[in-house]
Amino acid sequence: MIDKTFESLERAVADIHDGATVMIGGFGNAGMPSALIDALIAQGARDLTIVNNNAGNGETGLAALLKAKRVRKIICSFPRQADSHHFDALYRAGEIELELTPQGNLAERIRAAGAGIGGFFTPTGYGTQLAEGKETRVIDGRHYVLESPIHADFALIKALRGDRWGNLVYRKTARNFGPIMAMAAKTTIAQVQQVVALGELDPEVIVTPGIFVQRVVKEAA
Amino acid sequence: MTNRYTRDQMAARVAQDIQEGAYVNLGIGLPTKVANYLPADREVFLHSENGLLGMGPAPAAGEEDDDLINAGKQPVTLLTGGAFFHHADSFAMMRGGHLDICVLGAFQVSAKGDLANWHTGAPDAIPAVGGAMDLALGAKQVFVMMEHQTKTGESKIVEACSYPLTAMTCVSRIYTDMAVLDVTKDGLVVREMAPGLSFEELQAATAAPLKKG
Repeated sequence: MIDKTFESLERAVADIHDGATVMIGGFGNAGMPSALIDALIAQGARDLTIVNNNAGNGETGLAALLKAKRVRKIICSFPRQADSHHFDALYRAGEIELELTPQGNLAERIRAAGAGIGGFFTPTGYGTQLAEGKETRVIDGRHYVLESPIHADFALIKALRGDRWGNLVYRKTARNFGPIMAMAAKTTIAQVQQVVALGELDPEVIVTPGIFVQRVVKEAA
Repeated sequence: MTNRYTRDQMAARVAQDIQEGAYVNLGIGLPTKVANYLPADREVFLHSENGLLGMGPAPAAGEEDDDLINAGKQPVTLLTGGAFFHHADSFAMMRGGHLDICVLGAFQVSAKGDLANWHTGAPDAIPAVGGAMDLALGAKQVFVMMEHQTKTGESKIVEACSYPLTAMTCVSRIYTDMAVLDVTKDGLVVREMAPGLSFEELQAATAAPLKKG
């Protein structure tokens, strides 16, 4: 019998190693897998490369991981926000590396990794600072920039419900990066509000099929 | 101030150009106001980059849902018939040319329609781009909504942008507190001016040549 559910958050994140690339779902705090991040902070892995749309909000979730100085580099589209003070301080002190990526390129680079694409040409960023030094090409009269996939060792995502095969459904705009990060990581760990029996999720509306998910853990015991 | 459109008048003017059935993304800040002027009987599909179509107004106090937010991370609602989707699909809508209109704020727009709206270029500024570059190139029509001049009286419409670019030759129409202008192959064409303003006054306030429409 295949059972991807884990009894504890601690066990679910136990093998995340120093130097790992970790995708973290969420757009701001919507979809942020805070229970998994708290477990990762307690676990102690450091020198992480984090992929997220933002760079932490307030004091919890990704902001707490940054504050604990576990992150060497962040790949994101929108780090600077009114409540991103932990990132701001690290950045100004030169203690964190930033790879800034337009949000659509970020999403497509993640999706490309998950879909086995070696790179893609996109018009986004052409002629701007964010495309400097990158290969360009004219296709049908339009200018494009070559972008590369982003692979990860782990993805930490948040879903509403999951089953023991790893099938997931999400809640409202908390879905955001979850489904594509699940595709792009070697090991995807989903924090869910509720673990349901196989068959309880309508197969017509499963958003992330279990093939993309290795571990399912309830967010609160 | 006389001879100027108010911010509400600007929003109402942009709303006039949004037809029933249009798929529209309203940028953060001033463009958000446009939603207040879309008539209730006109069905317009508002898109938000974080994964929803059919975005409704802000919820009543106490009805906020942390899992239902817009691109500015403010609580919103979903209209009946609305849908949620993941980020790659959301940006495919933007980048794949499926949105009819996006309305963006700007630091500067050039006479050729180059847009600068993501970064001041100040050495101590922390850069953040979000979905601006994707929207600017992806939507069929890009409307810019901004004050005509900076607080110190410099024109935000210029021959060439001095701020870092968001995208080249992407803007189709500019709505300011002084005028409505189209970006055309022949340059900037004035379509409307604030009441009481003369063409000469508008030209004097603009750092790029204008044509009478």
